[in-house]
Amino acid sequence: MSTVAIDKAGPRRNVKYGSMSRDRAWALRWSYFFLVLFAIFSLTPPLYMLITSLKTSAEISAATNPWWVFHPTLANYVELLTSNQFLRFFWNSAMVSIVVVIVTMVISIPAAFALARMKFWGSATLATGVFLTYLVPDSLLFIPLFKVFATVQEWTGIPLLNRWYVLLFIYPTLTVPFCTWIMIGYFASIPKELDEAAIIDGASWLQTLTRIFIPVALPGLIAATIFAFTVSWAQFLYPLVFTTSVDQFVLPVGITTTLIKGDVFNWGQIMSGALLGAAPPLIIYAFLMDYYIAGLTAGATKG
Amino acid sequence: MAEVVVQHSRAARTTRARKGGSLHNALRRKSTVAFFLTLPLILLIALLVLYPALYSVHLSTLNKSMQKFVGFGNFTFLFKRETFWMVVKQSCIFAITAVIFKALIGFIVAHFVHNIPAKGQRKWRGMLLVPWVIPPAMSTLAWLWLFDPSYSAFNYTLSFFGIGPIPWLGDAAWARFSVILVNVWYGAPFFMIMYLAALKSVPDQLYEAAAIDGANWWQRIWYVTLPMMRNIIAITTLFSLIVTFANFDIVRILTSGGPLDQTQIFATYAFRVGIESSDIPLGASVSLFMVPILAVAAIFILRDVSKRGNEA
Amino acid sequence: MADVALRKVVKRYDDVEAVRGIDLDIADHEFIVLVGPSGCGKSTTLRMIAGLEDISDGDILIGGDVVNDVPPKDRDIAMVFQNYALYPHMTVAENMSFGLRLKHYPKAEIKARVTEAARLLDITDLIDRKPKQLSGGQRQRVAMGRAIVRNPKVFLFDEPLSNLDAKLRVQMRIEIKKVHQKVRTTTVYVTHDQVEAMTLADRVVVMNKGCIEQIGTPNELYHKPATRFVAGFIGSPAMNFIPCRLEDTGGKLNLRLTDRISFALPPSRAARYNALARTDRLLLGIRPEHITESHAHLEPGVETFDTMLDVTEPMGMETLVYFGLDGAPVCGRVNPNAGARDGAPMRLAMDLNNMHLLNEATGIVL
Repeated sequence: MSTVAIDKAGPRRNVKYGSMSRDRAWALRWSYFFLVLFAIFSLTPPLYMLITSLKTSAEISAATNPWWVFHPTLANYVELLTSNQFLRFFWNSAMVSIVVVIVTMVISIPAAFALARMKFWGSATLATGVFLTYLVPDSLLFIPLFKVFATVQEWTGIPLLNRWYVLLFIYPTLTVPFCTWIMIGYFASIPKELDEAAIIDGASWLQTLTRIFIPVALPGLIAATIFAFTVSWAQFLYPLVFTTSVDQFVLPVGITTTLIKGDVFNWGQIMSGALLGAAPPLIIYAFLMDYYIAGLTAGATKG
Repeated sequence: MAEVVVQHSRAARTTRARKGGSLHNALRRKSTVAFFLTLPLILLIALLVLYPALYSVHLSTLNKSMQKFVGFGNFTFLFKRETFWMVVKQSCIFAITAVIFKALIGFIVAHFVHNIPAKGQRKWRGMLLVPWVIPPAMSTLAWLWLFDPSYSAFNYTLSFFGIGPIPWLGDAAWARFSVILVNVWYGAPFFMIMYLAALKSVPDQLYEAAAIDGANWWQRIWYVTLPMMRNIIAITTLFSLIVTFANFDIVRILTSGGPLDQTQIFATYAFRVGIESSDIPLGASVSLFMVPILAVAAIFILRDVSKRGNEA
Repeated sequence: MADVALRKVVKRYDDVEAVRGIDLDIADHEFIVLVGPSGCGKSTTLRMIAGLEDISDGDILIGGDVVNDVPPKDRDIAMVFQNYALYPHMTVAENMSFGLRLKHYPKAEIKARVTEAARLLDITDLIDRKPKQLSGGQRQRVAMGRAIVRNPKVFLFDEPLSNLDAKLRVQMRIEIKKVHQKVRTTTVYVTHDQVEAMTLADRVVVMNKGCIEQIGTPNELYHKPATRFVAGFIGSPAMNFIPCRLEDTGGKLNLRLTDRISFALPPSRAARYNALARTDRLLLGIRPEHITESHAHLEPGVETFDTMLDVTEPMGMETLVYFGLDGAPVCGRVNPNAGARDGAPMRLAMDLNNMHLLNEATGIVL
């Protein structure tokens, strides 16, 4: 907006002395006005979650001002955090997400290193393939994957369906392509001289990866880790398809299927559950916002 | 091929070179190493993405019990169903409208954030990205509660203006609106962040030059900002088109496709048919209908991404 | 310490020959500079010596051993890169010791070597800093330190000073020379800057289009260039090339530059050039410092002519004058007090004792 002010002020500088800063101030005011509007739009649902979560069922059903808490209580949180079932969801989610993050990193870091630095037969095709895989949505694969795992279970006798650990095989299809893709970008941005220096210093490929590439591309690694974690944590369709017993549920499925009980007014508890479910990504975001955003923008700009 | 040739010429000369052959090994070692480093990735893509994708084509040609080959039977069945055509229509309306609004709002908000002093930008950006950070299944629950037929906080507020009560999820038109609204709320921050990053990469001198050339704010957006951001806008929009088109969480939680399947989109319909009604082949057929649209978007993205690569 | 030899070394990329069979013998302790314009194959040659590029044909020997197929780490070389290539996540000491640590040297030995190298390069105070906290010159020193601690047979420098500003470049040039005087390691140094080449090298290798144009000491290259390329590349401002032909006038061999200007060749030169055909299209190669203002006592072989100056550039200790001879641009260096002015006529003197005569078609100095 500053530049807007400049050219408006330009031709009539003599007449309206100082209009530049005045225009600028107005532009700023308008910017802030709209930003506040958008911020309200953005933050209403989470704030409303918080408000509702602090209410008792009685207060909710009394239909008082929904935007205000008259008798704040932490009862909903206490109840959830002492409920074995809810803790089970949390535990399942945490296990799935953490293991998936580890699996993702173990698969994508070496692959990205090879694709970024070792030109080999088909490497360019594979890199493109990785990118295309990342564009394949979950809603395209859930049916065949369900059938595939059902068949595997039939053949091998290993129980896979309705087990939380089946998700450990499935989530990497969402996280690995993206993480590989952005790690290729980060690795490719490391100057080639750096690995040449390492080679001359006597480092093997593996040492170059572990002692040079991983430490240097650490910001990218963190961004990829955050991505893998948040995607695993938020995934809803796959667990909904693959798990049916309450004790195998992860948080999103658990909250949406067990807490919504028809007419009963436990919205306070639903909202506390949803907020607790949203907490890990939000906390990570609060502390590692820059990495989070770097990972977000890297998907389309790197590589 | 080139590598093979090199190895041959190497091999022929090893008798002459004193330490001959070790580079031969090194070359072999390098591609072997590369192969092993990428092997898990290749396996993952082949077994859990490529194979299921092809398998779903096979599935779509079977009957409900998956014992008989029915060819295009599932597709012809779908074509005769009014619900299916409604799903196609709703998916397109949903995806296109939502993406347009996400793109517009993202663009506008990015500009406002870009305009304010750099010191405060981080804070605003942080706040405005919150919808994207919350798992959609969780935030949609909040919306569901906000849209509640009897306790809607929106209707409570609107009643002071003499409006309402609005059947947010009860009426087909309103339900479609609500579903799109939630999707826009969730997805616009992503556009905002992408555009903001792109805006930051436009050199200030360009705006200064444009200002000196006498361009007004609108001309500056049209002739400087948009051309400079063209590529990122295209990529972001196509990305979002894919994600929105394939969306499941929001519709599933908010309306489950209702009322009367009037908000059903491909993903939720495929789930309904394939998982809930246990007609896996029919569900596979439904989701396969997403492929052409996704493929077109993917091809365009790939073109733009590789163009970016060439520019760099 | 070792000598390095290249025997008919060829580098092919698909169907492009980047290096076309070069031969080069580098003696132990020698400081060799490969110089040439970008794309001449000098960096590729260096990288082949380092082992970072495979060689397509020929042999490379270090210390008498063919190292064609020896991986870089076993060649016992150290390299300094253009952008320093310091590991950003390691301190100066860690950067310098990385190679030694990979080879599992004893800790005490590593520490001793790093301390010694740091002392030599005057970076002892910086030893615990990260590269990000260092200035360009300091990074350059660390990069050299990393090479020194390895105590390799050969140092390889790939345009190490081109990222520095002009002043620092001069300073670091002297620094590199000093280091070489102390450690005496065989050094191959690549640059596109002929001043760097001249000031640092024991011998300079001028490369062009994948071939070696000439190898020689800096003075040899300057005073006895073998080709037009070398003559034009070495020296600044560059040597003038003026189309000319030989004439026999009154029993003497004359050099005709333009219709108006023709000089009698000094006897020594006349004898050398007499055998040339009078019809050959030739070029007179003469350095700017051999075109000066005319004065009363001219030595034999110095010929005067009148010309109209186009532009003058006062440099302080001299003034560069630019003029044309039948369209060929010529530069001369005159005394600042000689009264050279833009667009003014001036009488200049050309010292033909320092002339070169080139075949215009082949570019070979005759």
